[in-house]
Amino acid sequence: MKELEYPFDAGYILKKKRSIKRALLSDGRPRTEKRIAVLAGSTANEIVDMLELFLLDIGIAPVFYLSEYNRWWQDAVFGEPELDSFAPDVVFIHTSLRNITAFPKIDEDKAAADALLDAEMEKFSAAWDGIKSRYKCPIIQNNFELPFFRIMGNRDAYDYRGRVNFVTRLNAAFAKRAEESDGFYINDINYLSACKGLDKWSDPACWHMYKYAMSIPEIPEFSYNLAAIIKSLFGKNKKALVLDLDNTLWGGVVGDDGVDGIEIGPETHMGQVYAEFQRYLKLVRDSGVMLTVCSKNDVENAMAGLNHPSGILRPDDFVMITANWENKDANVAATAAGLNIGEDALVFVDDNPAERAIVASQLPDVAVPNIGAPEEYIRVLDRSRFFEMTSFSGDDLKRNEMYRQNAARAAQQSKFADYGEYLDSLEMTAVIDDFLPVYLPRITQLTNKSNQFNLTTRRFTEDEMRAVYSDPGYIRLYGSLKDKFGDNGIVSVVIGKIDGDSVDIILWLMSCRVLKREMEYAMLDSLAERAKAAGAKELIGHYYPTRKNGMVKELYRDFGFEQVSCDEEGNTCWRLALDGYTPRTVHIKIERNE
Amino acid sequence: MEEKEVYERLNEVFRDVFDDDELEVNAETTADDIDDWDSLSHITLVSAVEDEFGIRFKMGEVSGMKNVGEMVDIIISRAQ
Repeated sequence: MKELEYPFDAGYILKKKRSIKRALLSDGRPRTEKRIAVLAGSTANEIVDMLELFLLDIGIAPVFYLSEYNRWWQDAVFGEPELDSFAPDVVFIHTSLRNITAFPKIDEDKAAADALLDAEMEKFSAAWDGIKSRYKCPIIQNNFELPFFRIMGNRDAYDYRGRVNFVTRLNAAFAKRAEESDGFYINDINYLSACKGLDKWSDPACWHMYKYAMSIPEIPEFSYNLAAIIKSLFGKNKKALVLDLDNTLWGGVVGDDGVDGIEIGPETHMGQVYAEFQRYLKLVRDSGVMLTVCSKNDVENAMAGLNHPSGILRPDDFVMITANWENKDANVAATAAGLNIGEDALVFVDDNPAERAIVASQLPDVAVPNIGAPEEYIRVLDRSRFFEMTSFSGDDLKRNEMYRQNAARAAQQSKFADYGEYLDSLEMTAVIDDFLPVYLPRITQLTNKSNQFNLTTRRFTEDEMRAVYSDPGYIRLYGSLKDKFGDNGIVSVVIGKIDGDSVDIILWLMSCRVLKREMEYAMLDSLAERAKAAGAKELIGHYYPTRKNGMVKELYRDFGFEQVSCDEEGNTCWRLALDGYTPRTVHIKIERNE
Repeated sequence: MEEKEVYERLNEVFRDVFDDDELEVNAETTADDIDDWDSLSHITLVSAVEDEFGIRFKMGEVSGMKNVGEMVDIIISRAQ
C-alpha cells in the first residue's frame, strides 16, 4: 500500500491506522499467518499496531501475544502457560535504556562497572536461553539507544563510569551474542535513534505518562525496521533492482548530451552524487542483490554511458541490460520472467514519476519507491530495507555470477539440435546426500525463499531445520549441481518423513535456476534409493497450491505417481510404489559428499 | 486561528483516529462520549492532534484536559 512505503508520513499512519488496517484486510491478497510474541519492558500497543500494518502489507498475517506490562523477563525465564499454548513463530523482546537494571556509580572502580555489565548480560542471557529452550524459534532483541543526558559531558563516552560508555559496551556485548548464535537477531535501535536524533526519540513525557520508551511519532519507523527483520526471516526479501539510467545512474540524457555530456564522477557536484550512488549500488550488488537495467535508450548509448571512464558500475555488474523504447512496465515484467523470479522480488528505481506511476499501476507487486532527488536516492533505498540480511550464505555472494552463467548456457543451447545432447554437453555433476551441519543455513534459506518449484511451501526456521537434522525419523536430501560453466551450489532440498512402510514427502523444492536440467529426477532417484534402504514400500507426495507454485502442479504425475486424493482447495496427494523402481537420471552424474 | 477552524480540523482528526465518519465533537465532548476512547487510543489521539496542529502539549496539559473545549483552548493559545 502506497501509504506504508518508505518514506512514509508517520503521523498519517498513526492517525489512520484503523482504516488502513480495514483496507488491507479487505484487499483479498493471500497472506501467511505468523505468530509473533512481543515481550515488552515498556508499553508496546502502538508498536504492535504499526507492526501489524507493515506485516499485512508484505503478505504476512500476524497473530500477536503481548506480555503483561513489564512481565517480559518473567515470561521469558520462567515461562507462561498462555505463551506456551500460543507457540510463537518468533519472539520479539522490546527492551530499551529504561530496562537497564543499574548503571555504574561515579565513585565505583572499573571492576564494579565490569561486574554490572556482566550482571546485565546474565539477566538478558537468561531470558534468551529460556525462550530458546522453550520455543525453539528466532528471537529478535532490541539493542539500546544512548542516554539522553551525559553527566560527565563528552567524557561519558570513554570513561567506564559514563552511561554512554556503559550502554556502548552493552551494545557490543549484544552484538557479540548475535554474531555467535543462530536464530538471534538485533533490532538496531541504537542506529535508528541516531537517524532520528535522540532528542526526538527519547521523549520523557511519553515515558512518564504512558510508559512508552520512545516518542509516539517515531513508532512507525521503529515498527517498519522491525517488520523488515521479520520479512527477511520468512523469506519475503526483494532480490533484484531494476534501474533506469538517465538521471538515475548519471545526470543528463546520454542520447541527447552524448557520453561526454553526462554527469558522473568528480568533476561536478552532481557528478559526485551520482558516483556515490553507483558506489552504493556496487556494494548492494556485492552483497548478492541482482542489478538490472531498464532504460528508454538505444543499446549503444546505454552501453556508452555504462562505460563512462568515471563511472563505477560496469556492464558486467548487471545480470540483464534492457535498453529499448518499449513501455517500462512490459520491460520490468520481462525482467522478472527472464530472471525466473516473481515480480514481487523486484524494486524499480527511476527518477521519472511518470515511469514509476505506470509500473506501479500495471505491476502492483513490484516495489516502486519514490526515490526523491539524486542526493536522497541512497537514503530512501537503504532505509526502505528491501534487502535486509538476516541470514548470509556464500551463495548470496555468487548469485550474480550464477545468473550470468545461466545466460551463457542459454546461448549455448541454441547450438544443439536435441535437448538431451545439450544437457550432455553441460557435463553436469550433482552431489546429493544427507544434510551437513555447515549447509543448514543455506537449506533453511531455500525453504523460505523458494516459491515456484515448491510442492508444499513449508517454511522452516534454522532451529526447526536443526531439529529435523537430528531426527532419525527423516530422510533428508540436499542436492548441489555443477557443470562446465560453474557451480550452482545447493539448488534442491527434499525431506521425507518415515512413516511405517511409506515415506511422506513433507518438502520438495528446487531453485528455478536449474529448471529443465533433469535435477528433479536425480533427487527422485536418490530419494527412492534411500526410502527403499529404510525399508519403505511407497512414497507419498503432496501438492499444496499457492499463488506461485502452479508450475509443479503435475510434477508427481510426471514422475509416475498415481493421484490418491484431491480436496476442494486443489490440495492433491500422490503415491508411488517403490517395488521395481528404476532410476530416471540420464544426463547427470550423481555423487555423494566426501 | 479561528475557533471554528480548530473545531473543523479537530473533528477530522477524531474521525480518523476513531475511524468513524459520523463523529461530531464539541466543547463538552469527553472520553465518556466516545466508545473507543480509552487510555490507549487517547495516546494516539494526542499524538494525532499534535501532528495536525504542529504543536506539542506539555505533560501537565495532557493530564489536565477535562474535555475537547479545553484542548481547543490550548491549541488556540499555542498557535498565537
